[in-house]
Amino acid sequence: MSVGVVMLVHTAFGRAEQVVRHWSAAGCPVVIHVDKSVSRKAFSAFTQSLADVPNVSFSKRYRCEWGTWGIVAATQTASEQILSSFPDVRHVYLASGSCLPLRPVQELIDYLADRPKTDFIESATTADVPWTVGGLDAERFTLRFPFSWKRQRFLFDRYVALQRRLRVNRQVPGGLVPHMGSQWWCLTRQTLSAILQDPARTEYDHYFRRVWIPDESYFQTLVRQYAINIESRSLTLSKFDFQGKPHIFYDDHLQLLRRSDCFVARKIWPHAHRLYDAFLTDPSGAMKKTEPNPGKIDRIFAKAVERRTRGRAGLYMQSRFPREDWENGVTAAPYSMFQGFAELFENFEPWLAKATGARVHGHLFAPEQAYFADNQTAMNGALSNSATLRDYNPHGFLTNLIWNTRGERQCFQFGPRDNQVINWRVAKDPNAQISVISGAWAVPLFRSNANFMDLRKAAAQLQKTESEHLDVLRSTWVKARVRIWTMAEFIEAPMEPLQTILDEIGPNTARRLSEVPRMVDLNGFGQFLQNLKNQGMHPYLMGDFPVEQADAGIDRDRPRKPYLVR
Amino acid sequence: MAPPTLWSRYKLRLRRRRLLWRGFRSRHKLTPVQNHTRQIAPTDILLFATVRNEALRLPYFLQHYRALGVRHFLIIDNGSDDGTVALLTDAPDVSVWRTDASYKSARFGMDWLTWLMMRYGHGHWTVTVDADELLIYPDHETRPLPDLTKWLDAREQRMMGAMMLDLYPKGPPDDQAYRPGQNPCEVLQWFDAHGYWVQRQAKMGNLWLQGGVRARCFFAKNPARAPTLNKIPLVKWNRRYVFVNSTHNALPSGLNRTYDETGRSKVSGVLLHTKFLPGSAERARQEQMRKEHFSNSALYDEYYDAVAEDPDMWSPDATRFTGWQQLLDLRLMSRGDW
Repeated sequence: MSVGVVMLVHTAFGRAEQVVRHWSAAGCPVVIHVDKSVSRKAFSAFTQSLADVPNVSFSKRYRCEWGTWGIVAATQTASEQILSSFPDVRHVYLASGSCLPLRPVQELIDYLADRPKTDFIESATTADVPWTVGGLDAERFTLRFPFSWKRQRFLFDRYVALQRRLRVNRQVPGGLVPHMGSQWWCLTRQTLSAILQDPARTEYDHYFRRVWIPDESYFQTLVRQYAINIESRSLTLSKFDFQGKPHIFYDDHLQLLRRSDCFVARKIWPHAHRLYDAFLTDPSGAMKKTEPNPGKIDRIFAKAVERRTRGRAGLYMQSRFPREDWENGVTAAPYSMFQGFAELFENFEPWLAKATGARVHGHLFAPEQAYFADNQTAMNGALSNSATLRDYNPHGFLTNLIWNTRGERQCFQFGPRDNQVINWRVAKDPNAQISVISGAWAVPLFRSNANFMDLRKAAAQLQKTESEHLDVLRSTWVKARVRIWTMAEFIEAPMEPLQTILDEIGPNTARRLSEVPRMVDLNGFGQFLQNLKNQGMHPYLMGDFPVEQADAGIDRDRPRKPYLVR
Repeated sequence: MAPPTLWSRYKLRLRRRRLLWRGFRSRHKLTPVQNHTRQIAPTDILLFATVRNEALRLPYFLQHYRALGVRHFLIIDNGSDDGTVALLTDAPDVSVWRTDASYKSARFGMDWLTWLMMRYGHGHWTVTVDADELLIYPDHETRPLPDLTKWLDAREQRMMGAMMLDLYPKGPPDDQAYRPGQNPCEVLQWFDAHGYWVQRQAKMGNLWLQGGVRARCFFAKNPARAPTLNKIPLVKWNRRYVFVNSTHNALPSGLNRTYDETGRSKVSGVLLHTKFLPGSAERARQEQMRKEHFSNSALYDEYYDAVAEDPDMWSPDATRFTGWQQLLDLRLMSRGDW
């Protein structure tokens, strides 16, 4: 009989009874504190149900409201009772009604017997831990909290604000250093009795009565005065979620809890029948006799909390719809938008696909339809190439595409003929790599066989659209990686820009380019631009083109060879 | 997004009160057939639905929601003639009202539901669904609704959103065999995993989620008319609440915040939509004739015609439904902290 249990209960008495019987069957005396707000009827039914269990007693009842002194008072009284009624007890284990022993109690007894002088209590100074949720950390100890956070939130908040304004700063008595930690501890008789019989206890109690959530700091602070050997960790596995609410374990956590090797876990959902059935009936040795290993669970929970707090970038769905500019990432993955390249190079798309291994689409936002790679009519499930569907929600179209194809780089062509609604979204997206050869839209016009007046009109329109897009891309709000060349600039030395773009796209392209795409024949393009000018439409986005290119006259008949670079 | 002005909020308040009044007035249209509402305990989870000729779906529907932890069903029967009422009155945990009034002029049944929810739903967690909608959510098999609602209560969250997911068979619906009581997912094995799009509606702050198989097959030319898929099936009801447009949005508008705006995500569910069981073509023909289902029914003639032709909606891109875990992985629903 070396371990005694103090159990704080306020609900789910059926489960509490089960667990009490479990402790008691292993020879542990139990002192139970029942919340005073529990009705007399429920209380007497509970005491009746445990009448036949040996070494179980009930302590004086206090009203236990979350975050208030009552819980500490209850713990003190019950601890005093267990220490005085059961002189054999060496360790006192503080548990709640929703705690569930995961390993056979005998293993816990043995474990503690091997460490007779060790106190297991999580205890850290407030400055060192980022646990607190809600902004009150050091202030828990320097302000007064007479109002209930749950029932009198307005008064609570107002009074905190008032004290801040008045610069209230309570002194911690007797040179105590405030520590905090999990409410659930396991202390030795020596330490616990020292705390309870301290001559200055009235002073300490008076101070902690007005501290916020004293159950997480009273014993955690005082233990530092007396303990010989503190293990600053709780033997009770408990987890908190993003909002600081205790995580509840359900039936589906069975395997996770099994693997934790912890002695006790909380909070267990009262209706988790599988958990109670499994752990209360486990034969000894069902789990490995090892050190408790909450690390595994910690990792899983840390991941969940991170997911919850950071969210999944680029996902828009029924339970996640970030406001514009609040999203941590507009899209899920990096992608590239090319403007003017497919116009200037005959085989740009297949070449890019080969050079990078990325999925290279045509003009996704073309007015007729979305040109997916390899002429597919739908991408990854039901993302259709219908222009109507796409234009109904172009942002959604893009973010869906990038989300659905995570893991594979997406590249697409863009141009002033295409739907321009997405321009701002893409420009503000750090995942976007935008490369523009301005004025290249004139090349298809130049090579087309249309009436000149129609060409002139189209050119004016396209130039206006592209110029507006370039204004967006040059604004100070841009977060994408933007590169803009005029067409004249680009064809001077096409290799370098291409190499830079590919280097950025990925590791596949670490090697130097061995092959470049085939440029279209631009003989006569200068004259074409001049003709436009002569008609009063000044094309300026492509930069300065001589009327006749320098080499134009030399070898007009010989087809251009693809140039190779070593 | 500009915050709503005082005036626009006041208009919403007026609208809510008008809808409540309509609901209150509509109580005369309902005739109780079987009223077991005295059995309802204060913490029971209640289910509200309006049905018409659902004898095929109801046996599994009741079974599914009983397993989830719904303790009492409050059902309005709108003129069924296929034994639906007999089927419902056989069950001890079902209360039934009957009405032959117009579904459309009762705001597609919402007025009747408003009254029943005002009368019986106050303070309860309520599930409001159609007979062809089966609610699921992450871990629903091991954590029934009382677990979820208690968890939501602890977080002061008063509702949970869910997305309607159209399930369909491979081949025309009428070629399938389904017997009442069978799990519809055994027949309707397929769904569209992608192709949903979402936007926010400023007026009441609700999302507008569309897409999926019906958008793909029937509304490709006019996506704006594609069915709305977001719903708010689970609400801790207050007698001052009211659903506005089916259960897609509600007032006060705080109820529409089923989604997170700060880059995280909230817990959500999926309503498995079993519309495309055998008989859906015949039903479409009847609904088209009754003109009771859309406020501007004529615009949906093409849709009805298409469904009435008993089409095969399956495509090589369809995904086979395997369970909630899959929907979670596909991000059609999410777990949040749950």
